Amino acid sequence: MNDTTPTSAAGDNTATVEEIIDGLGDIGYIASRRIATAIFIAQNLSKPILVEGSAGVGKTELAVSAARWLGLPLIRMQCYEGLDESKALYEWKYGKQLLYTQILKDKMGETLSGTKTLNDAMDRLHGFGDLFFSEQFLEPRPLLKALRQEHGAVLLIDEVDKSDEEFEAFLLEVLSAFQVSIPEIGTIQATKPPLVFLTSNNMREMGDALKRRCLHLFIPLPDAKLEQRIVAARVPDIDEKLKRQLVAFVQLLREEELKKFPSISETIDWARVLMLLHAESLNVDLVRDTLNVLLKFEQDFAAVRRSIPEITRKATRE
Amino acid sequence: MQQILEQFFHALRSADVNVTPAEAIDAHRTLETVGYGDRQLMRDALCVALAKTEGETERFERCFDAFFSRDEFDVPPSLDDADDDLLADQPLAQLVLHGTENDLAHAMEQAAAEAGVTNIRYMTQRGLMVRRILDGMGLREMQGRMFELRQSDAPGAAATAAALEQARDYLFDQARQFISRQFELYARPASAKLHEEILEERALSVVERRDFETMHRIVKRLAKRLATRYNRRRKHTKRGVLDVRRTLRRNMAHDGIPFETVWKQTKIERPKIVVICDVSQSVAATARFLLMFLYSLNEVIATLKSYAFSASLSDISEILEEKSVEDAIPDILEKIGFRPTDYGQALADFDDEHADTVDRHTTVIILGDGRTNNTDPRLDLMRGLHNRAKAVIWLNPEPETFWGSGDSEMHRYRTFCHVAKTCNTILDLERIIDDVLKSYY
Repeated sequence: MNDTTPTSAAGDNTATVEEIIDGLGDIGYIASRRIATAIFIAQNLSKPILVEGSAGVGKTELAVSAARWLGLPLIRMQCYEGLDESKALYEWKYGKQLLYTQILKDKMGETLSGTKTLNDAMDRLHGFGDLFFSEQFLEPRPLLKALRQEHGAVLLIDEVDKSDEEFEAFLLEVLSAFQVSIPEIGTIQATKPPLVFLTSNNMREMGDALKRRCLHLFIPLPDAKLEQRIVAARVPDIDEKLKRQLVAFVQLLREEELKKFPSISETIDWARVLMLLHAESLNVDLVRDTLNVLLKFEQDFAAVRRSIPEITRKATRE
Repeated sequence: MQQILEQFFHALRSADVNVTPAEAIDAHRTLETVGYGDRQLMRDALCVALAKTEGETERFERCFDAFFSRDEFDVPPSLDDADDDLLADQPLAQLVLHGTENDLAHAMEQAAAEAGVTNIRYMTQRGLMVRRILDGMGLREMQGRMFELRQSDAPGAAATAAALEQARDYLFDQARQFISRQFELYARPASAKLHEEILEERALSVVERRDFETMHRIVKRLAKRLATRYNRRRKHTKRGVLDVRRTLRRNMAHDGIPFETVWKQTKIERPKIVVICDVSQSVAATARFLLMFLYSLNEVIATLKSYAFSASLSDISEILEEKSVEDAIPDILEKIGFRPTDYGQALADFDDEHADTVDRHTTVIILGDGRTNNTDPRLDLMRGLHNRAKAVIWLNPEPETFWGSGDSEMHRYRTFCHVAKTCNTILDLERIIDDVLKSYY
């Protein structure tokens, strides 16, 4: 066991909303009040948070940052179609179980020597613990691992909307009681309830039962002020003027009719690209050359191609 | 606070934010943690605990702001002319004379709670509610005193009566505004919902133009419901039990010890659906909705082929696929709609050009009234369709009693349908399509 005790005061649920904002801010995640409140309540009520929002607004990043801030290990589980409990919860170590039966066979004669009747032998056999299905042969998968962390953990169940309906039902036990039932062993209770984040891109509507057990946090696209702060936090060396212009540009771009709006992660990527190019301010050519960082679809590209000079002019005017 | 929260939940429910008892408990626990001191904190915290979708978040915020804003009462009129002694036993008059707007608001809220204002559902109930609230506050007594004073000759009586009249008008004004706000909070969303419920069950042919938009929303919702129900099932091919035969075979190399397991797989047949939609004159009223539903269905089912006809048949799959519903439907109607029907011609066209889309895995859905304008119904082609397809389903907007009357060939077509049903409302449509899809899984 590694002895990573929580470093900040956050671990013992005493952090206030302001402390959460500051704490996350220190490691570069600019949280709105709503986000911080969600974490605050999640900690106090031991409830998972279902985070929704379009791709790239920082859903996954929130969990990663929360783990760093709390000084807890982050256990991440990526959901996909066909994910089942043997990959999410636990699996038996089949190979070792087979070896065990081999050893058992060899030892059988030794163990049973001295018994006279078959009944005696059976009694003797029952006297030994049933090791075949025991915790020694259990291979913990992310969910079980998170429950067994001594000092708690941050559990990120990423893109839960991509998983199947049955899997969602199976998550319910973990999320509401922080326990899992293994038929052969019994119920395993969390040592310390982990802080759970579920993220969803709204590929499909989540079931009511799941939603009921979760706090719900919707992260919208940020306004200009917030986005500037986020860019400043993520790309600290960026020139003040460039930062203002590029954020203004992205904000204007979001008003266009696009298939996929550029989100925060794209803004940050773009800021990094512009930094690498040693740009000091936006101009039409620069935008045209680097726009593929922001827009990921050919149609979107075609849709705004004409209005680039116009948007650039507006963005640089301020 | 308990009572106020309950009222707030009530308001939320009317605003279509679902608050279950368990969530109500969560909300209480949340408030115990965050306290009531910080309005912003309370708003965020309750929102996180209660609103469960993006839309609900938005509605929650609106409802919270409306609910937790003390109703803005106007400042009571200063009634200096009134003689205080004459009104000493009139609590309501005293309140107007000496109270602040907050006192008044408080009194009115109490009276409103007793009058059951939260149960308001219709616009027309507002007058009644105003009356009940004011009576609860003691307006009747005050009015009685006003009349008495008018009759009496005591000094200052006339002036006091005039002041009371002013006070009464003021109270009526405030109560009316108060009720309007309450109506917005509790009833407007609910009555909108009621309207939608009515529309769902209304015959498609009598839906009025002003309801098109609402109708469209309903259809979209139905389609989405179908989509979530069936998309999920289509994907579950990998569940099953151990395939012993294949497991043993694969593990021969391991001396028969099952290191690798092979699981049985169930294959699910993808629905292949062909829809033929009549958009001619005789079904003009319903054609729009049939197309609307077809459009929504197209989003649900990956392998949907759709055709529309008045006389000659054309493939509209592409239009449905590429255009938005607002563009697609007028487009189709303009191109092929509203002309005299010729079922025989349509069936012939289908047989000539698109016969290959139908095989024994295909379900053919025909939306139309079966009125052929006395042309040849081409029953032979219909028979062919019936024999080739897995199922032929005919959905007719006319009630069954009309089938076979006039130029309707429905009875003859019916012989070659596996299912022929009346489908007159959006709910019918959903039920039948649901049945069709169900048979595939």
